[in-house]
Amino acid sequence: MGKPTAASQRAFQSWGRYPKSTPERIIAVRDRMNLPKLGKDDSTVLAYGQGRSYGDVCLNNGATLLGTSALDRFIDFNKDTGLLRAEAGTTLSDVLSQTIPQGWFLPVSPGTKFVSLGGAIANDIHGKNHHVAGTFGRHVSRFELVRSSGEKLVCSPKENSELFNATIAGLGLTGLITWIELQMKPIESDQIDVITTRFRSLDEFLALSAEANKESPYVVAWIDGLRSEGRGLLMQGDHAPAGPDASLPSFEADQKARISTPFDAPGWLLNPVSIRAFNAAYFRKQTTNIKRDRVHYNPYFYPLDAIRDWNRGYGKRGLLQYQCVVPFDDSNVTVQELLSRIAESGAGSFLAVIKMFGDIPSPGMMSFPRPGITLALDFANKGEKTIQLFHSLDAIVRQAGGAVYPAKDACMSAESFRAYFPRWEEFSIYIDPAFSSSFWRRVTS
Amino acid sequence: MSTVLIIGATSAIAHETSRKFASEGADLLLVARNGAKLQANADDLTARGAYGIRTFILDANDFARHSELLDAVRSAFPDGLNYALVAYGTLPDQAEVAADAAAAADAFTTNATSVIALLTHLAGLFEEQKHGAIAVISSVAGDRGRPSNYVYGAAKGAVSLFTQGLRARMAKHNVSVTTIKPGFVDTPMTAEVPKNPLFADPSDVGVRIHKAMKKGQDIVYVPAFWRGVMGVIRAIPERIFKRLDL
Repeated sequence: MGKPTAASQRAFQSWGRYPKSTPERIIAVRDRMNLPKLGKDDSTVLAYGQGRSYGDVCLNNGATLLGTSALDRFIDFNKDTGLLRAEAGTTLSDVLSQTIPQGWFLPVSPGTKFVSLGGAIANDIHGKNHHVAGTFGRHVSRFELVRSSGEKLVCSPKENSELFNATIAGLGLTGLITWIELQMKPIESDQIDVITTRFRSLDEFLALSAEANKESPYVVAWIDGLRSEGRGLLMQGDHAPAGPDASLPSFEADQKARISTPFDAPGWLLNPVSIRAFNAAYFRKQTTNIKRDRVHYNPYFYPLDAIRDWNRGYGKRGLLQYQCVVPFDDSNVTVQELLSRIAESGAGSFLAVIKMFGDIPSPGMMSFPRPGITLALDFANKGEKTIQLFHSLDAIVRQAGGAVYPAKDACMSAESFRAYFPRWEEFSIYIDPAFSSSFWRRVTS
Repeated sequence: MSTVLIIGATSAIAHETSRKFASEGADLLLVARNGAKLQANADDLTARGAYGIRTFILDANDFARHSELLDAVRSAFPDGLNYALVAYGTLPDQAEVAADAAAAADAFTTNATSVIALLTHLAGLFEEQKHGAIAVISSVAGDRGRPSNYVYGAAKGAVSLFTQGLRARMAKHNVSVTTIKPGFVDTPMTAEVPKNPLFADPSDVGVRIHKAMKKGQDIVYVPAFWRGVMGVIRAIPERIFKRLDL
């Protein structure tokens, strides 16, 4: 395979575009039955799907990336049972466009549908329905894992179960996932019924959220990350039943982004004044405390997918995301402390999301979600200042016995990682010797 | 429901085109050399909504079996064939074919002679049924001979000229013949070529070919800007062109 040019290397970055990475070699994986040799020479390898993780879990600086975007074939889809088997590079968007007309939706969906199935396993993604459905890995019945030894292993809760548990949330380090089998969930229409409720404090959020978690399968809240009191909007939703104004499309073509970000926005665009104005307007956009809507699944689940390359809005230095979970005991105190720390730092965040995770365990030994409150915030990368803020947030999260999400992380220290993921040593025995990532080297050095 | 024949169905561009037909519920006959790869693509198209999928394993250079393929097409689609796409090809190593006469002849056989032979068989079928659309993947490389790939270019040039003549012949019979001229596409064929921003995504190319076949267009550059680029390249006088290292 040829040496990558500067142009193709630029394409193989992470979503936050930080840290910058220069892979030594990029090998396209196109045929699951005729794979390239994994880990020849002394260079390590790592699968790279859609590059939608924010930090460095999808990067392998100075070494080899296995591009899986052409590994995108469906193998089988049973319209009656909703059992899907597809190659690991297939995107959730591609899956939905085929399964929705047949009445099947993803059992767990993240905030973008432009991620691959393999990435969804490697990061054990979660969604608005974590309190009732758990993580993505819980709905995976089988997958094939190819090791650098040449072994091809079908992994499930029954066969090769240890590798199954290590690969779910295994950050792509246990080998190359070539195909996965996933149980989809039945739906009657492509519409979502949404109830939006305004809250003015963290305590109000906690009470509302506990109630909403009992009523609705999808619950998430937007919170004003510039103010410490914790005001925001809680959105609970469910798939609408079939009816005159809600049904399944006969065939839905892949949704193309309508707006794109063709160039890097100047760094000053997202400043405390503009973010404050946005957040205040967003909070007041609804004039009543409770609002009911019926919306298409795209704007409900994937609002940002309508803007291609929205990450470029954060300018050349990119963005950093901070997503943590803190246990329920004293979670109100801890979240308050985090919000106050962010507010006093002056680093504004306008995409701040808060949710109550449930207690359904994941098979993944390195899985991030655990019972408690999760908080996710986007920040423009202001260099050392932002990194210092993250380290101070890490101190609070560690004190509370919480964790930070590797898929979004570019900053956590090795010490924090070990505190957040106490099973990391047990996990590391399942890592394929030819596989590595920038993230793994960072948190184990 | 339309009936579709794809020759070279394991090529990335052909598969993307097949996906567009499958999503419309078409009935497809897929032809390729490698049975395992062909089956993987067939499964994909079934899950994506194809009405029916049949496969036929053929090495296009096995000229003796071309008529067998035609028989398979006739028996698969007794009510007629709506669309045929000829999509296979190899990108030879120019240094090798410049030095080795047998390798040059082989490259020409795969990329031109076998295509011409298959199209001659297909022309008979389409002429008989008096409807349908044929598309052939040629290349911008066939628009002018360049030192960096003139054997491949000559074969594609032959295909472009042949399809031009065939188009005029078939026009009288209500059959369209589309010459597809892709530029650089990010596929296994170009795996060894360093990538640059001019490389197109095979799925975009597949969408374009599907549209061109539906509309029965004549000559289609994919992406479209290649028409202008090749216009400029063709306009350079030979005495200057021969000194350029293209």
